[in-house]
This record gives sequence, structure tokens and C-alpha cells, in this order.
Amino acid sequence: MAKTKTEETVIASLKSRQKKEQNYKLLGIFAIAISIVFLLTILISIASKGIPGFFQYYITLEIELERERLDPLGDLSEQSLFDGQAKKIIQEAILEKTGAKSRNEKKAARKLLSNGSDTRLMEFSRANPSLMNTVQKIPFALDDDADSYFRGFVRKDTPENQRRLSNIQIEYLDRMNDEGLISYELSDYLFFGSASRNAEMAGIKGAAIGSALTLIVCFLIAFPLGVATAIYLEEFAPKNKFTELIEININNLAAVPSVVFGILGLAIFIKLFGMPRSIPLVGGMVLALMTLPTIIISSRAAIKSIPPSIRDGALGIGASPMQATMHHVVPLAIPGMLTGTIIGMAQALGETAPLLMIGMVAFIVDIPGSVTDPGTVLPVQIFMWADFAERMFVQKTSAAIIVLLIFLMLMNGGAVWLRRKLERSW
Amino acid sequence: MASVKCLDWRLFFVDIKMISSTYVLIIILGFVFFFLGRKKIENMSLAEGKRPHSLVIYHGYYPFLLAVAPPLVLISLWIFLDDTMFNEMLKSRFPVDLELEGKQTILILLTKIRNIADGVMVGQPEIWIIDLANKLTSWRAYSEIFISLLAIISSVTMGLFAISSIGLQFRARNAVEKLLMFGLIICSLIAIITTIGIIFSVIFESIRFFRLIPPLEFLTGTVWNPEFEGAARAGSGQEGMSAYGSIPLFVGTFLISIIALSVSVPIGLFSAIYLSEYASKRFRGAVKPLLEILAGVPTVVYGFFAALTIAPFFRKTGGMFGLDVASESALAAGFVMGIMIIPFVSSLSDDVINAVPQSLRDASLSLGSTKSEAIKKVVLPAALPGIVASIILAVSRAVGETMIVVMAAGLAANLSLNPLDAVTTVTAQIVTILMGDQEFESAKTLSAFALALTLIMITLILNFFALQIVKKYREKYD
Repeated sequence: MAKTKTEETVIASLKSRQKKEQNYKLLGIFAIAISIVFLLTILISIASKGIPGFFQYYITLEIELERERLDPLGDLSEQSLFDGQAKKIIQEAILEKTGAKSRNEKKAARKLLSNGSDTRLMEFSRANPSLMNTVQKIPFALDDDADSYFRGFVRKDTPENQRRLSNIQIEYLDRMNDEGLISYELSDYLFFGSASRNAEMAGIKGAAIGSALTLIVCFLIAFPLGVATAIYLEEFAPKNKFTELIEININNLAAVPSVVFGILGLAIFIKLFGMPRSIPLVGGMVLALMTLPTIIISSRAAIKSIPPSIRDGALGIGASPMQATMHHVVPLAIPGMLTGTIIGMAQALGETAPLLMIGMVAFIVDIPGSVTDPGTVLPVQIFMWADFAERMFVQKTSAAIIVLLIFLMLMNGGAVWLRRKLERSW
Repeated sequence: MASVKCLDWRLFFVDIKMISSTYVLIIILGFVFFFLGRKKIENMSLAEGKRPHSLVIYHGYYPFLLAVAPPLVLISLWIFLDDTMFNEMLKSRFPVDLELEGKQTILILLTKIRNIADGVMVGQPEIWIIDLANKLTSWRAYSEIFISLLAIISSVTMGLFAISSIGLQFRARNAVEKLLMFGLIICSLIAIITTIGIIFSVIFESIRFFRLIPPLEFLTGTVWNPEFEGAARAGSGQEGMSAYGSIPLFVGTFLISIIALSVSVPIGLFSAIYLSEYASKRFRGAVKPLLEILAGVPTVVYGFFAALTIAPFFRKTGGMFGLDVASESALAAGFVMGIMIIPFVSSLSDDVINAVPQSLRDASLSLGSTKSEAIKKVVLPAALPGIVASIILAVSRAVGETMIVVMAAGLAANLSLNPLDAVTTVTAQIVTILMGDQEFESAKTLSAFALALTLIMITLILNFFALQIVKKYREKYD
């Protein structure tokens, strides 16, 4: 059978059309591949910098815990230890180990140790009063410059005046390393330390507690308000101009950039109500307003997904509308509501910008004990550390990011788990 | 209470401690009334041998709610409002012959008085200030006692009133439900209150800003330089030192958003097309959550990544081609922001493409088109309004994004369309101006509110258009 002209054109163009089809498909795969490469790049770059940030170099010094010198008042009180000569004892130990003689050498040797070493010795003596007047091997953190040397960031072949360690310091470090005094261990400062300008002492404890307090406030405000709003709008609200206005408002709030909530917090809570700056209470309130739309929208979806037969069944055997809602619909919708709330909380945990404006960016060493103590949160801590130039801060920042990401993953994973576990299909 | 000698926030804490014991007391009272109410109705129905109108438990809920809710609201309001009230009371007691230079001095005087009341004495203040500080201390003590007493008394009266109204004929369930409904309505008003709060806080301060800086200058000026606080303006020979022309900020925002979109729109759109039209269910189920991780990473992490990894990379690559890339370039910030908004584009477009009726695809395929032809000629045109809407939403994300810009694009307000230059955006300026302590009355601080006002308007307009487009599109296929 002879082919028609149309068929001929089709067959002639078929090859190029199929090629185009292939290319189009490849384009799609390529786009997905790029996004996944981006994701992996970010995660790998953070992990490669952050995992070393969990560790740091310590030097083990033999310290004689002379009670008279450490604890002149003899009661191990803060004042007594403060009056004692902790700093001097450590310096003597390091001078002995390095064998520094001249004034400059001594100064160089002392600089190898972290500034927080005396506090560490005081805490050690306080925790172990029974070891007084014995000789103990205690690990002290190295100063961040010395730490960077072992990490390979300070190179011997750069001229002496261009690196942060002098020749003699490097010589001391090498010698002590050969003697096996230097060890690379999990950083206790990272987890138990607080904000510090010294990279080797900086830790995330304060920020993590601040984050927890802020999230608690945020949850306590946003969850009840969000769920109540969702219940009202979904179950009881009449369809009129007023409820329409509420819905438009909620959608608009979901779209407002997060900085604007910071402005709201600053202008209303701090300026108008005269609340103090930098406290988790205000931070939590601001984040609550920010996450409210997320919670409302997901709670409404959860209520919507409950089949009307449940409600009708309750109403049919004589329950009032409020009873049908509160006793039957809401308990079934709770898993869905919680899922949305957890996702909202995860957003709040990662949020930085609005908290900068209500002063949670202040440099606060004390660990907040309540929602009205000034504090900071993890993302803001990351933001502040990212500004510091020391090499070690880059690693500590990345380590803090890893901690933050782990919390976020746990929360989002928890939400997914909850959804799978508790949500039923009708 | 009166002898508290510490900083302002600690006083606030003490305030809360005192108040929180009142809170606890009131809740205990509530439980007492709960049991009293239940007991009463049980006894009554036993005595008369009749069933009450409502279930027994509702006769407990009713007095509980009445005894707990109003006092708690009362205390909470008081905590927020007492400081404002004290300020007004102090202001009315200022000496008549006091010479004031603007509002700023009133604020300073008030802070001084409050500091002294808190026990922080700097220098030798005037006697009337010390007098007022003492007054403030005693007011605070009185106010705490007063509010605690008021709350407890109101709790007891309301509870007693509730108990007295309980009877076999009393419709306790209806009363409780009315109260609950009232509570639900109040909660749903918070969204409106928040919006009003945002709008008012921004508009009032913006008006004050525009009194200092003419709106025309703000909207059309090409130099943004809010530093040089206190430099006198027109007439002093120092004009031009601080400038509030917002054009460079909007151009910077525009530039970075364009870069971000040119990364995210093609990648996001093609990912969405592949995922919805080609991918197997398993592949889709595995890849979609992966893409969504990109949206879940905190922006501060992206900012850190941009500043530390991407910006030096671009600088080096640019250097190899002889290009001078600023260390804080718009390109780096825009690129990373683009990565961040890929999932916004992809998942929204995915939904829209999936919503195109299968019959359209089938019709196209049955006419002999290849799959890609069907997508290009039929599915995408049908989904176009939704895709446009998702892109508009992505734009509003990009415009509102803050941390990436603060950390990676810098704060230099250059008026430049060159992606290799350092630029700044509206959001970055808002944050830097308002970060840390600031005087509320200066043009610099107020300018942040004017910027926020324009930012809100832009995002709301964008969202309005996106919604409008989606609405139109929906009507077509329903």
C-alpha cells in the first residue's frame, strides 16, 4: 500500500521528534540532578567543615593540686578559688614542659594555652576535692591559633611575621606533640561552653537552651491559638464578610516576610509594652505570630480530612454541635494538627531575622535560666559566629549548623512518622 | 517587692513571679469551684430524684470557666499595660516649668526615673526625679497587690455567682458551650489583631519618617546612606551627609531576585515537569522529599554557605576569566537564594501540572503527538496560569529573604545592575538598621519602618496577583 503524503512527512520527521522527546526527558533529569547536586554540595561542605568542629586539641599537663595555692580560704567557694593561683599553677606547668627561659619565650609558651584554662582548673578542683594535694593529669584546651596549627591551617613555610604562631611556639608544639601530650578529642567546650570570643572556648549550650525556651513559649502560644482558630473557622464560622476577612488575613500573614514580624515585635512588644529586649519570651511571641498561619492552615486541613459521617453520627445520636466537634472531630484531627505544628516549630527553630531585631543578637555569656533572662538562639549564634574571622570559628559554626540541622531533621522526621503512624485513611 | 534593686528586666521577672503565684492560686480556685458545682448538682438531683438538664460534669465546667478565665485575662492585660500607664502618670507629674526639647528628652527622663527606681543611680539627678522614682517604686508595689487582689476577688465572685445559678433546670451545657464559642472567636481574632498590629506599627512610624524625609526623596533618591546620625539637615551646610533615597535598595532587591529566579525557575519547572509527567511513582516518592529538604534548611545556613563557599568560588572563577568579582557579590547571594527557592517553584508547579485533566493529555497523545509535544503544546499552556502564580510566589519569597543577603551580599548600597558588584536589599537594610540598640526617634531607625511598609505592600500585591491568577485558572477546569 502506497504511503500518503502525510504519512511520509510524519515518518520523515519521526526521528527528529523522538530525539527531541529524549532531549526533553533528559532536560528534566538534568534539572533534578542539579538540585540534588546542590543539596549534596551544601550538606557535604557543612559536614566536612563541621565534623572537625566537634573535636579540638587538648594538651595534658601534670598539675600539682596544692590546696593552699588553689584554695586559700579552704572552702572551695567561688571566691576562694578566684583568689587562688590557678592561672599561675598552669603557667608554671606549661613553662616547665616547654622549658621557656627568656621573657619572650615564656610569653610565647603561655599563649599556647586557652584563656579559659584557669576556670577549667578551678572547676576540676571543685568537682574533685578528694584529689587535692595530689598530682593529676588534666587536659587543657589549646589556644585557637595552636589548634589551627595542628589542623594544618598554620603552615611552617609561611614567613614568621605572616602567621599567627612564632617559630618558637611551633617548636614547643611539635616537641610536646612528640611527647604525646597533645590529644584530639571530642570538644567539651562546644557542648557545655557558652558564647565566647575565644574560638576554643565557644560553645552552643546557652544558645541551645535559649532556642528551647523560645520554642516552648512559641508552642504554648501558637498551638492553642492556632487550633482554636482552625476549629472555629472550619466548624462553626458562618460564611460572611467577617470570617472572610479573617481568612484573607491569615493568608496574608502567611505571605508576609519574616523580618516584618521582627518589626512588629520591636514596635509593639518592646516599644509599646515596654518589654525587655533579648529575652526568649518576646522571641517566642514573635515566632508564635509567625508560625500561627502555618498551624492554622494545617489544622484546618486536618479537620477537613475527617469524614462528615463522624460528625453526622454524633449529631444523630443527640450530641450538640460543640460536643460533636470537641468529642469526636477534634480528637481524630489531633495527629494532623500536631504534624502541622511540628513543621511550624521547625520553621521557628531555624528562623533568624526577626530575632535579630528584638535584640537576641546581644553577646550574652550567661546561660538563660528562664524565659525572661536575656539569651540567644542557635541560628542567631550561627549568624554571630559566621562573622568572626578565626579559622576555628568556621569549624565551630559548621558544627553548630550540624546540631541545628539534626534537630530540624528530628522534628521533620517526627512529623512524618507521626503522620504515618497516627493518621488513618477513611 | 518595693525593695527590689535590680535591672529593669529582672523587675519584670519579679513581676511575673508574683503574678504567676496568683495564676496558680486562681487555677486552684477554679478546681475548687469545679468540685463544688458538681457536688451541688449531684446532691440536688439525689434530693429531688430528678435528672438535671445537663450532664453533671457541665455543672463543674461552668463555675470553673467563670472563676478562671476572666481573672487570667485581667492579669495578662495588666502585665502588658501597667508600664504604659506608669509612664503617663509620671509625665503628668513632671515640673511645669521643665523645658523640653522634643520627645526624645521625655523618653530619656522616663528611663532615668525607671533606672533609679530599679536601683541604678548614675551621677546626681535632680530631686524631683528622685521623688518620682520613689513614687514609681511604690506604684509598682501597689499595682501588683491591687491586681492580685482584684483577680482573686473577681475569681471568687464569679465562681460563687456560677455556683448560685446551678440548679436542675439550669442549662449548664448551653452556657459552657457559649463560653467556649466565645473563646474560639477571640482566638480567631488574633490573626486580625496581628495584621492590624503590623500595619499600625509600620504605618505610624513611616508617617513620622516621612515628616522628616519627604516621600518623594525616599522613593526617587538614588543615594542610600543612613549613617551620620544627628547631622543637621537642610540649611546647616551639612545636607547630603545622610541620604534616604531607596532606589539603590530596590534595584539591589530586584537584581538579586532576578538572579535567584533565573536559577530556580528553569530548574524547578523542569524538575516539576519530569516528576509529574515522566517519573515512576517510586522515583517521585524518593526525589520529592529530597527537593523539599532544600526548603527546610534554615536561611542562616544558606547565608553561611554562600559567604564561605560560593562567594570565594565565584571570585576565583571570575578571576580566572579576568573579571573583578566583589567578595560579597549579588551573584553569590542570588545564586544561593535561587537554590533555596527551587522547591517552592517545583512543588507548586508540580501540583498545578498534576491538576491538568488527564483527558487533555490523552487527547493530545491519541492524535499522535509525542509526550514532550503533549506537554509543550497542551499541558503547559493549560497549567500556565498556575505556573505563573507559583513563580510570583517565588518572587515574593526572594524579595522577603533576609539572612542570605545580610551574610553574603553585604550592606553596600551601590546603585548597580552588575551582578558581580556588592549590592544590598530592602530586608538586609531593615535588619541592620534595627539590629542592636537604637533610638526610636531618629530618621535612621524610622527609615526601616518606611522600608518595611514598602516591602509589605510589594509582597501583598504580588500575592494578591498570584491568588487572582490561580482563581481564574481554577474556574476554567472545575
